[in-house]
Amino acid sequence: MLDKTGIALPEQVLSRFPKKEFLAKAKAIIECYQDIPCNPCQTSCPFGAILIGDDINVQPKLIVEKCTGCGICVTSCPGLAIMLAKTEVDKAVFKIPYELLPVPKKNEVWRAVNRAGEVIGDALIDSVQSIPKQDKTYLVTVKTDLNLLYDFITIRSKDHE
Amino acid sequence: MMTEKELIIIGGGPAGLCAANSAAESGVKVLILERSPRLGGQLIKQTHKFFGSEKTYAKTRGFDIAKLLIDDVLNLSDNIEILCDATVVGLYPNHEITVYQKGIYQKYKAKSIIVATGASEKFLAFENNDLPGIYGAGAVQTLMNLYGVIPGQSIVMVGSGNIGLIVSYQLIQAGVKVKALVEAAPKIGGYLVHASKLRRLGVPIYTSTTIKRAIGKESVEQVETISLNEKWEMVPGTEQIIDVDAICISVGLSPLHQLLSMANVEMKYVNELGGMVPIVTEEHETSYKNLFVAGDVIGIEEASSAIIEGYLVGLIASKRLGKSHPNYETLIQAYHDQLTNLRSGPFGAKTRIGLAKLRGENHA
Repeated sequence: MLDKTGIALPEQVLSRFPKKEFLAKAKAIIECYQDIPCNPCQTSCPFGAILIGDDINVQPKLIVEKCTGCGICVTSCPGLAIMLAKTEVDKAVFKIPYELLPVPKKNEVWRAVNRAGEVIGDALIDSVQSIPKQDKTYLVTVKTDLNLLYDFITIRSKDHE
Repeated sequence: MMTEKELIIIGGGPAGLCAANSAAESGVKVLILERSPRLGGQLIKQTHKFFGSEKTYAKTRGFDIAKLLIDDVLNLSDNIEILCDATVVGLYPNHEITVYQKGIYQKYKAKSIIVATGASEKFLAFENNDLPGIYGAGAVQTLMNLYGVIPGQSIVMVGSGNIGLIVSYQLIQAGVKVKALVEAAPKIGGYLVHASKLRRLGVPIYTSTTIKRAIGKESVEQVETISLNEKWEMVPGTEQIIDVDAICISVGLSPLHQLLSMANVEMKYVNELGGMVPIVTEEHETSYKNLFVAGDVIGIEEASSAIIEGYLVGLIASKRLGKSHPNYETLIQAYHDQLTNLRSGPFGAKTRIGLAKLRGENHA
């Protein structure tokens, strides 16, 4: 399925989420489902929370207890395949990589989009970070309804529909 | 008049630049001949962050990798001379080279030569494929990422290798509507993370689908796609018409072997490596002594592999000239290990099979 459409199956996505109790704090969700020669996620993590090993043709594994939710891996992954997720009372909070124009601004309401590119709800922009180390990949914090936790993947400007 | 040189490197892309670096560090005097106005090869058009390991500049954007490699070469200017806008039009079995630069032909003779000419794009036969508005992926990248010109307002991408996927993403970044990506094979060819990136931005990906024809009077107005069955035959009744003003073709690369063929180097057709490639020893030496090859000209791979091969072959060619790098053994081992590592996964299978075929013939 994924290798025909580019859309990961729900069970693939779920396999990359830690147990719910961990999500009180932000954790990296690593959606790399293929053995490709690549390891910046591992080398960029300051806490040793992402494991690939010496053979770089292996999918990364998150050691969830070590992940502090810092977000460095999110803008280091060349495949834009990592985001952070955390849950609040009735909200899901994500940190996603973003490389399109216009750049979202704090407090704007954008569309929440799923892995098939469909609009699934609203996404409140909570913060937008771009420091030199991110090399022009913006780190955008967004809030959605909690029920979008496993479906949300990116944002779309309301003007660009 | 014949100008004599110690080592001439044909091609100033990643493989050529890295070969020059290794050779200059070994104490060899190098001349780089580059046919385009600037060094860096295809890297200068690559706006995405690279895959691979830190040693091959992973997570650095392609054009920034080009800057790093070019700066390294410029810092060794005592040993490296560079000619841009200099097209090699002749390569002869006595190490002679004819170069065409700014209306003048010049002749060079070198003790050693490294051919790092890279690759050219394959094209696709379909009805009306000569209509204006139909581009190769390399041309789209040149237009957009070098000159800031978009190829059209809406486009269909043909081919789902990494280049097709990456250029589609770059088109979206430039504000072009990518209406669909079609792939004749039953599965997406490139990295799935690239495909997922497109899909979430709303680009439908149709596998087992090809382009049947382009439609338009003066230029492209529509594209007709069609599904393929498991025998790769078009299935009547599955045609789909999509309104676009541009079509991008990204169906693979072929090694730029013409200079090697001209020099009568022993060649072999190896499908897995992309086409005609020179038969080489483990040291990347062709059938013609002190004529080495590095990068895509010996098989289509990622730029990371070209970078390592360049460093590697630069060292070997220098040693042959009697100038060994102070850390020769250690570096050779390190580059071999890095290449093995890059090629050891599922995506390296094609290269592994191709090289085995090439070497099998060699040892026969």
